[in-house]
Amino acid sequence: MSNDVVITGLGATTPLGGDVETTWQGLLTGRSGVSALDTEWVRKFDLPSKIAARLAVEPTEILPRVQARRLDRCEQVAMIAARQAWSDAGFSAGNGADDGVEPERLAVIIGTGIGGATTLLDQDDLLENTGLRKVSPLTVPMLMPNGPAAHVGLELKARAGVHAPVSACASGAEALAWGWRMLRTGEADVVVAGGAEAAIAAITMAGFAQARTMSTRNDDPERASRPWDVNRDGFVLGEGAGIVVLEREEFAKARGARVYGKLAGIGTSADSYHITGPDPEGTGQARAITAALRSAGLSREDIGHVNAHATSTPVGDVGETVAVRKAIGEHPVLTAPKGALGHLLGAAGAVEAIATVLSIKEGIIPPTLNLENPDPGVAQDIVAGEARKVDLKAAVSDSFGFGGHNVALAFTPA
Amino acid sequence: MAEKEEILSGLAEIVEEVAGVAQDDVTAEKSFVDDLDIDSLSMVEIAVQAEDKFGVKIPDDELANLKTVGDAVNYVAANAK
Repeated sequence: MSNDVVITGLGATTPLGGDVETTWQGLLTGRSGVSALDTEWVRKFDLPSKIAARLAVEPTEILPRVQARRLDRCEQVAMIAARQAWSDAGFSAGNGADDGVEPERLAVIIGTGIGGATTLLDQDDLLENTGLRKVSPLTVPMLMPNGPAAHVGLELKARAGVHAPVSACASGAEALAWGWRMLRTGEADVVVAGGAEAAIAAITMAGFAQARTMSTRNDDPERASRPWDVNRDGFVLGEGAGIVVLEREEFAKARGARVYGKLAGIGTSADSYHITGPDPEGTGQARAITAALRSAGLSREDIGHVNAHATSTPVGDVGETVAVRKAIGEHPVLTAPKGALGHLLGAAGAVEAIATVLSIKEGIIPPTLNLENPDPGVAQDIVAGEARKVDLKAAVSDSFGFGGHNVALAFTPA
Repeated sequence: MAEKEEILSGLAEIVEEVAGVAQDDVTAEKSFVDDLDIDSLSMVEIAVQAEDKFGVKIPDDELANLKTVGDAVNYVAANAK
C-alpha cells in the first residue's frame, strides 16, 4: 500500500494577489508586491525601511465583519487561505465529516513566526490609555501564536491534532513537514498545513531594522527585494498566508481527488551556530536538504530545481547556495520568490511550497525579480528576467529561520 | 414600558455589533447562549458596552444571572442611573 503524501488543495493570500492563481501569475510575469509604506508611525520613528509587501486584498473585504473582529490579522489570512485550500481540494464548506473525513483523522498544522503581535500592541495601548475594562476578552486567543491553527482547526472540526510550529521564517515549511510526518506515521488521513503572518508594525520594522536586516531602498520599492543581486541590501517585510491540503495517497485516490503533486520527503535540522546568522558553511542547511532527499528516496541528480529561501540579505543568499551545492550540486536551477513577494516570515515556506508544486506541475519556474547582476559567489544557474519552461522530476523548497531552523521539502509530480 | 423598549433596542444594537446577530432576532425571551449562540467571551464585551451605553454597573456575579435578553433589559431598567 502506498504511503505517499499527496497535495490536493492550495490556498493563499499574498502581496501579489488574494488567491493562488493571481499570486502564481504575478510570480510568473514578474510583478512586485512591494510598495512604499507611508504610515504615521513610519514617519514618526523615521524607520530606515519605509517599504513593505502588504496584502493585495484586505482580509476584511473577504471575511464577515463579526468573524474578522474576533481574529487577529494573521488569523484572518490563515482562515482565508485555509478555506481556499479546503474548497480547492474538493471539500465542502464546514467540517470534514460532511465529506467523509473523520474528524479524528483530520489535523490542522499552521505555523507563524510572530503571531498576533498587532493585537498585543493594540490591547496594551487600550490597557494603558483606558484601563482594564476596554481590553478585549478575545485578546489572548487573538495574540497566541497557535491562534491561526486553532481557529482553522475549530472551523474544520479537526481532532487528530491542531499544531502550530513556531520556527521564525521556517514555520510555514515546518508545518508541511509536520503534516508529512503525521500522514506517514498514520496519525491522520488529511492534514491542512501552512503558515500565516501579518506583523507589519512599528516595533517589528524597528527591531528588524536594528538588526540591520532590512532593505532601505525606499526610493525604489519594487526593486528593493533582489535576492542574489550584488546590490541587495536586506529583505522587505511582507504579510500573507499559504495553506495546502495534504493527504495519504490512498485516501485521496479513494475519494477521487485531483492531485497537484507529492510531498515526497522532508528534512529538518538546526544550526545551533548563531541566534540570527546562518552558518556560513551551510552545514545545517545542507543536512536538512540531504535528509529531505533521503526521506523522499531521491538522488541528487533527480533534483532539477530549488525554490530558494534567499531573502535578499547579503550573507544568507550566498550561504544557501553553498548548502545547495553540498547537498545536491551545481545543477539545480534556482529561483527566489521573495524578489516579488517580499519576506512573508512564517508564511513564506508555505507560499513557496505552493510555487514549487506548481513549477513541477506546470513545468515552469518563475523568475527571481530584480536579479540584474548575480553575486559571483553563486555557482548555480538562476532563473531571472522571465519565467523558464522546464521538465522537472523533482524539486526542493528551502526555508530557514532566525534561531537556526532549517527545513527542506522535496516535491515530485503527481 | 417605553424605556424598556429603548433598552431592548440599544441592547440589540450591541449584540449585532459584537456577535453579528440581526437586531430583529434579539428579543426578550431569547437566551444569549442557547438561542443567540453567544459565547462567554462575547458576553463580556456586550456587558462592557452595555455599561457604557446605559450607565450601569454589571458585576460578574450579576452578569452570570442574565440568561435571557429580557433579564438584561430588566436589570438595566432597574439599575440605570
